[in-house]
Amino acid sequence: MNEAAQSLGWWGVPLAVLAGAIRVSTPFMLVSLGECITEKSGRINLGLEGILVLGAMAAYGTSLATGSPWIGLWAAAFAGACLGLLHAILCSLKRVNDIAIGIALMLFGTGLAFFLGKPYIQPKAPTLPSIPLGFWSDSPQIRAALEINPLFPAGILLAIFLHWAFKNTGWGMRLRIVGDSADAARALGYRILPVRFVATMLGGVLAGLGGAFLSLYYPGSWNESLSSGQGMIAIALVIFARWQPMRCVWAALLFGGAGALGPALQGAGVTSGYHLFNAAPYVLTLLILIVSCSPKRALQGAPGELSLTRS
Amino acid sequence: MHASIERLLVPIGAVVIALMVFAVFVSMAGYPPLEVFQLIYKGGFGSGFSWNNTLQRAAPLILTGLAVALPARAGLVIIGGEGALVLGGLAAAIFGNYVLQTPTLLSQILMLLAGAMVGAGWIALCGWMRHARGINETISSLLMAYIGIALLNHFVEGPLKDPASLNKPSTMPIPTASMLGLTPGFDVHIGLLIGVVVAVVAWLVLRFTTLGFALKVVGGNPRAAQLAGLRVGVWLIAACAAGGACAGLAGAIEVAAVHGSANASLISGYGYAGILIAFMARQNPLAVVPVAMLIGGIGAAGGMLQRRLDMPDATVMVLQGMAFIAILASETLMGSPWRKIAARLWGIEIPPEKGKS
Repeated sequence: MNEAAQSLGWWGVPLAVLAGAIRVSTPFMLVSLGECITEKSGRINLGLEGILVLGAMAAYGTSLATGSPWIGLWAAAFAGACLGLLHAILCSLKRVNDIAIGIALMLFGTGLAFFLGKPYIQPKAPTLPSIPLGFWSDSPQIRAALEINPLFPAGILLAIFLHWAFKNTGWGMRLRIVGDSADAARALGYRILPVRFVATMLGGVLAGLGGAFLSLYYPGSWNESLSSGQGMIAIALVIFARWQPMRCVWAALLFGGAGALGPALQGAGVTSGYHLFNAAPYVLTLLILIVSCSPKRALQGAPGELSLTRS
Repeated sequence: MHASIERLLVPIGAVVIALMVFAVFVSMAGYPPLEVFQLIYKGGFGSGFSWNNTLQRAAPLILTGLAVALPARAGLVIIGGEGALVLGGLAAAIFGNYVLQTPTLLSQILMLLAGAMVGAGWIALCGWMRHARGINETISSLLMAYIGIALLNHFVEGPLKDPASLNKPSTMPIPTASMLGLTPGFDVHIGLLIGVVVAVVAWLVLRFTTLGFALKVVGGNPRAAQLAGLRVGVWLIAACAAGGACAGLAGAIEVAAVHGSANASLISGYGYAGILIAFMARQNPLAVVPVAMLIGGIGAAGGMLQRRLDMPDATVMVLQGMAFIAILASETLMGSPWRKIAARLWGIEIPPEKGKS
């Protein structure tokens, strides 16, 4: 993006932010959709950050070993499902707090990824191809901006599907009832644990895929500073999105844009305050939470069983 | 009595199980597990030299453990101690350069106070957001940690950069005369003593004063606290401020006793390790001290594992993660099953535990 921004001068900044929004938003989108499913079932998994890092490592290592980034995606999904399952099992024990387990998983997942990923820091693994949607344009800047990664449309399709499925399928209905009131679900004869197990595992799968995006597409390498809290921001995004999948997409795009601001300005020659611009997504998340939350009432749309929003 | 034995034995059992799982993991990764444990012992606790290293690490860890444990008494899970730590360190470095005229002892005290105040304000914001806007403090404190680290990087590489620091951007070094001395009787800086004193004071206050009791009520049942006339918001924010002050103090000590200026070395994960320490200590300020030494020792041994066995430096993180999960999961063994077993075996009836179920 740096070249594009330079040749377009200041016009490069909004273009780079737009391109960045598409590029950077994908992990936010995938992770927040996953957490949306998990939280709809009444559990919160704060360990997604650790799952994301482990997924990134698993995807990169597998892609390196097999030569196929697509198999890497499967590995990331599998790693995510395993940690999700671990979270689900531990949280179904009596007196075990889901928030604390999430924090522990964050540490464990990250540690495991760094331990196993040490040999993958140097070598270059095959990464995911991109879809050139900018073929109609002569401008290399616009072409570069419209290089879409395959996980981006997949995430949007998933959001549309979830939006529909939460309301219109028996499975979505069951998920929402379990998340809103365990007592009501029991009264209706639903078994609660299987629903929460599946929901937490799906959350883990999507967080793992979000990590795979980081290591296999952008930035497209594996190192220990790969994630900058995307997993955690995504959890805050779900609150902002009021547990609605389509809003998760918009929120992710907004944050992708904010995250792209720092590099875009740097590309346009603004070098001072680089670190401050990089902090923009976190500041934005906090501001949005401050504006959109309220202590007086439970958040609209929040699953009733969620420990996060209970006072 | 039985309850307190249980509170000691169950976490220890959990750590033993975590060690066994870790041994299996390590041997699957192709390293000799017995040698790994020997090296962890040697590197952390085997000699006077390694004890020094361990205690040097334990000093900030005691304080960052308290930074999690104190808000936890009010029912808050704060995980952003790292942000308060780095900003506390930055504040101390700034102060250390502007109070040159004052006598050494006074400038040392001012530096530490500046660090503690900045840390307190930083985490108090999370308490305020929780109380005034209903924002989950776990998420907000972590976001605040990222912002704090960005601020440190900005100031250290930008406006406050010492032109002489080329390889590692740092603030101006504080005068050598203002650097902190050693803990009497140890070859470790005075931060160790400060940490232990703060932990003991916190324990005494929580245990024996109405302050501690009020905090417990606020944490256990906010509605009841409100009915009893306690201003819940003030207590939440104060608990956060106390925790943040500890983290900020840890950062200030790191600058004033170890690094000599604020730079990226402050971002060393002590703040995050504090979470594990507080949970292992079951949020008890006094228990934080030995647990911090344990975790500090394991951390100190990390280097030795790397040198002798060529293991990744994240080995220690894996062990810590396993111990953390095992300790949290062991919570489920507290209470009823033991009571039933005890009642069955010896015919003793232990009264049910009070407080939260």
